[in-house]
Parts: sequence; structure tokens; C-alpha cells
Amino acid sequence: MLGYYLWLAAKSFRRNPGLTALMVGAIALGISTCIVTLTVYHAMSGNPIWWKNNILYAVTMDGWDPSPSDPYDPAHPQLAPPQLTYRDAQYLYQSTIPRRKVLITQLLGVLSGAPGETAPVHVMTHAVTRDFFSMFDVPFEYGGGWSASADSGPEPVIVLSKEQNDKLFGGADSVGQTILWNDHRFRIVGVLKNWRPLPRFYDMTTRRWGEPDDAYVPFQWGPALQILPGGNSSCWGDPVTTYQDYLGSECVWIEMWAELPTAQARERMQAYMDSYWAVQRKAGRFARPLNNHLTDVSDWLKVNGVVSSDSRILLRLAFAFLIVCLINTVGILLAKFLRAAPTTGLRRALGASRRQIFLQHLAEVATLSFVGAALGLALGAAGLVGVHAMYTYGGAYGVLARFDPIGILWALALAAVSTLAAGLYPAWAIGRLPPSLYLKSR
Amino acid sequence: MLKMQDISKVYRTDLIETHALRNFSLEVKSGQFVAVSGPSGSGKTTFLNVAGLLETFDTGVYELGGEDVSRLSDDARSRMRNEKIGFIFQSFNLIPDLDIYDNVDVPLRYRRMKAAERHSRITKALELVGLASRMKHMPSQLSGGQQQRVAIARAIAGDPALIFADEPTGNLDSLMARQVMDLLEQINEMGTTIVLVTHDPELARRAQRNIHIVDGLVIDSPPPYERRAGTDAAGSLAG
Repeated sequence: MLGYYLWLAAKSFRRNPGLTALMVGAIALGISTCIVTLTVYHAMSGNPIWWKNNILYAVTMDGWDPSPSDPYDPAHPQLAPPQLTYRDAQYLYQSTIPRRKVLITQLLGVLSGAPGETAPVHVMTHAVTRDFFSMFDVPFEYGGGWSASADSGPEPVIVLSKEQNDKLFGGADSVGQTILWNDHRFRIVGVLKNWRPLPRFYDMTTRRWGEPDDAYVPFQWGPALQILPGGNSSCWGDPVTTYQDYLGSECVWIEMWAELPTAQARERMQAYMDSYWAVQRKAGRFARPLNNHLTDVSDWLKVNGVVSSDSRILLRLAFAFLIVCLINTVGILLAKFLRAAPTTGLRRALGASRRQIFLQHLAEVATLSFVGAALGLALGAAGLVGVHAMYTYGGAYGVLARFDPIGILWALALAAVSTLAAGLYPAWAIGRLPPSLYLKSR
Repeated sequence: MLKMQDISKVYRTDLIETHALRNFSLEVKSGQFVAVSGPSGSGKTTFLNVAGLLETFDTGVYELGGEDVSRLSDDARSRMRNEKIGFIFQSFNLIPDLDIYDNVDVPLRYRRMKAAERHSRITKALELVGLASRMKHMPSQLSGGQQQRVAIARAIAGDPALIFADEPTGNLDSLMARQVMDLLEQINEMGTTIVLVTHDPELARRAQRNIHIVDGLVIDSPPPYERRAGTDAAGSLAG
């Protein structure tokens, strides 16, 4: 019977092409709007390393200015700064409690000296300690990270992103070759595969939605070359005049993450931080109340306000728009089905059961929704391409607005729900009409 | 074939109660050709709707083909309409965007017959009404008489035991009306029970038995005006 119902649906569409186009258009428009906002929202609210959510922790301590009138984040005065000072980071990094740990800061750099190079290129570099790659499951195309000795040296080793390796070496295996980073010769030890965690959870202070980093060097190259961070650096207290002053200052500019696989490890790390806080407080630092935190990735994203209230409002509006579209579709469907009620009455007289009438109309609605969803998918994809094109140079939304498989799944789920929402009632209602009611009117 | 005992049907609105059928009793034997007549508003259509299982009734007992239909579910009533009953309407009631073949196919589809079986039945029914060569025509391409013959083909394609014909010649000229009546008589002679609702005494006279309804009551079951050749008047007088 399904074939018969679909055949009848096709006839019905041909009978009312204008109404059909109106309904398909309404469903498609509602779904495409939701796809665009959902894809952006999904990317913005997703945890890019969810499988390690319960073992990776951002380490924060509150050594900020004790003056109540000058909190680190006036909007959230209760929060500790998201970064650490150099000396606190150095101390905490010595702890052997975490299975892995990493210090992270962003440095500006210039790459040159590549074969066939036409001009030096400015690159976003993250200075990190060696566990960065294994902690965050960073995938390598060629080579790998560096050794502990490279961290402490620091040794002149560098890991390139796939994009930079493609630009500078045409995508060939460049491991073992050398390149100049800020005029110092570095040996390439690894080339990443495409790796684009969104948001960039490990450094939320700059470009959280931006393009991926271009290069990674050992953390100590910043202090060794006396390079100030290229990312966020926030200071209070005595003025800083030299680089050594900067390292000993209350400026916060380093993010620290610890891999703590057990509750016991977390408790021990918390105690370690708190005892350090107590010692420092005795020495005259940490004047604010105890506010040390180990924050898992999900909470870290929340604390950092990854999903803006604008995005949530936009998402609600998109769903409201879809509902309006569906209500319109329900209205048109009801009107269309009622117009065909005499034929339905005739079919009932000739032996169609309510269920058969219901299924016949449901098949029509399902076909309509399928076509609407397909068109919505295409419109959604076009919309995302448009958003990407508009924001390519602005960064954030351009990177986010990419159609992913999750987006397609969402679209299909939306189509299924909209089919039910838009079609169940009219299809049910038309089957309940008494068969004799419209026979005379034919 | 059809036995109604004290059937009542009341239509209610907030202001009015209309007794469409009152203690309506009627029995039609298998193979009979019965004409039902009566003035407008007398309850003929309600009788047809109730007897054709298109509407339920309030009180009484109704047996169709020996089965009490009072408590049948909607599904069972639909199945019974599909398998045991054929309908012919005054305004033909063909589906305008289906061709003749597909119109006749409608009741067979709901019986979930195999395509070959449906094809054989449709062809046979259209041959019987003389329209086998027009099966790919659309209803709008046929005359009124031809459209009514298609409706008759649709009614008999499922091989029902009982056909309800509601003013089947009301929209036809006298020549076409005669052809349609000839066809109905031919079908009746093949063993199908026919209940014909009509205003036309001429047509009623051609039936084996006449029923008169006034104000929802069967007021008389007069003997046939004329016995059709080859029928047994005594056998047809029941109810």
C-alpha cells in the first residue's frame, strides 16, 4: 500500500503545485534556519575533548589584586584569573601528582628560511611543555612531539601545523629539516594532521574560535629569548621595567592544565595548591580569600562563557521560527485535506479504514517533509557557506560555520520531528470525518 | 441479506432533535431488487447511510449477511463495506484526477489484492459495462451515462453481495437512465442484491419490491407494480 499512498501523494502535489511549493518552502526555510543556528551553536557549546573531560583540569589560583574595586573580571568578581603568574606556574609545574601537565602561552613569531620561501611569514605560535601533545590527543602527520630534555634545554625544536607545512614544504614530510623561527634555527620534529579543537579550550584568553596555531615550540623559549607573550597578559602591582621583573611580577599570562585521572589525585593536587597558597600568603602574597580551582573541560567552557547569551537567544528564535513555519504548514495541510474531504469520504465509503486514510495522508505529509528537509539541508548548507564567506577574515563564525555530520543528523532529526508535528494532526483529523458527510456534496 | 429491526437514528443539535429513522424495520432477501422511495426529508438517505454502514444508529438491531453490525469496530465496518457492499451515487462520485481504470481500482486497493487479480477484475467489470476500451480515459472525457457506468463497474468489481444505488439515474436523460437500469437489472440477475433509492415511479416499477418511507418510518411495502419477467414475486415479498 505504501507505493499506492506515495503515488496518490504525487498526484495530490500535482493537483495543487502552488500550495505544495508553499508548504515545502515553509518547512525548508524553518529547517535551514535551525540548521545554521544549530551548527554554530553546536560548535560553540561542544566540548572538543569530551572523552577526557573528567581527567583534564585547568589549574587556577587567585592571587589577583585584593582591592574589591578592581577584580580581575568585573562581570564575575568571584572567579580566579584564568592564567597563572610565571613563578606560580613554575612551582605548580614541579608537582609530580598529575600524570601529565602542561604550561601554555602564546608567542608571536616569524618563520623564514624554508626552501622556496618568497617572504617570511608571521605565525601564531604556542609555547608549550612536551605533554601538550599527548594530553590533548594531538594527531601527527609526520614525526611527533619533543623530549623532556628539549623542554628543559630548551632545545630548538618546532612542531608545525599541517597548514604551515603545506605552505612551506608543499605538504611533504619536513621532519628533520630546519627553519628559522624569530631568526633562530629550529629543527622540525613533527607536523600535525588537521587539528582544530573548537573552541580552543586550552587557551581561552585569545582567539578561542580562531584558526589553528601555526607552530609549537618548547615553553621555555619565551623566557630564553625574552619574548613577551603574544596572547593575553594581565598585570597588577608594581610596575614592570625589565623582562626579569616581568617573570617575577604578579602578571598572569600562563595557562596550566593537569591530567588527574583519579579523585585521589585531584584531592592531592588541590591540597598541593592550597598549601602553596598558604605559604605564599604568609610571605605576603595571595591577599584574596582562598580561591584555587581544578576545573574540568566542560566547566571550564562554562566559566569562560563559551556560549554567549546572544547565541542562545538566536537558537530560541530559530526554533520559534521553525514552529511558526510548522504551524503554517499544519494550517495549509488541514485546509488542503478538508478541501479533498469529499474524495476522502468516498474512499471511506468504498472501504478504506480510518487507519488507511491516516496512513495515506501521513505518506503525503512525510513526502512533503522529506522534500522540505532536503531543500532545507541545501539551503542550510548554502547559509553556512554564506556565513563562512562573510566571516572568513573575521575569524570566529567563519570557522564555526562549517557543515558537519552532526549538522546533517540534526537536520534529519528535525525533519522527522517536523513530519510528526506538521502531519500527525491533519492526517488524523481527516480520517475521523464521517464518510457520509461529504458524499452528497460531491 | 439485510435485516433491520426497530432501528432509530436521531440527529441532535443544541436546539433541535431530528428523528431521521423511527423504529425502522426492513428485511431484504438475498438476490432481491428493492426500490426505496419517499418524499424529500423522509429518511431515505439516512436509511442508505445506516444500511451501507456509513453511519451508526442509536437503537435497534441490524444484521447484514447474517452478522450483527451493531457492535462492529470502525475497521470491521470498513472491511464489510469493502467486501460486501457496492455503492452507486447520483452524482457518480468518480475521482476526477484518476483515470477510469484507477477509479475502478480504488475499492480493490483497500482489499490488498494482488495486481494481477485487480487487473482481471477491473477489466471484467469495465467489459460488463461496455467501457473496456476507455479505461485510460479521464472521467471528464466521458458522458454522464458513461461515468455512471464506470461507477457501476467500480461497485461490482469487488463482487459485493449487495449494491446500494442512490438515485443512480437522477442526473441522466431518459435514454441513459434506461441503459443504467438495464445494467442494474443485469447485475441483479447475476445474483447481486440491489437496493435502489429513487423518486421515479417508472424506475421503481421495474424493481421486484417497493418500499415507501415517510418521516423515517416504513409505511408500506406494496406489492410490485409489475412483476419483472422471470422473477418470483412471492419470494421477494419479505419484511
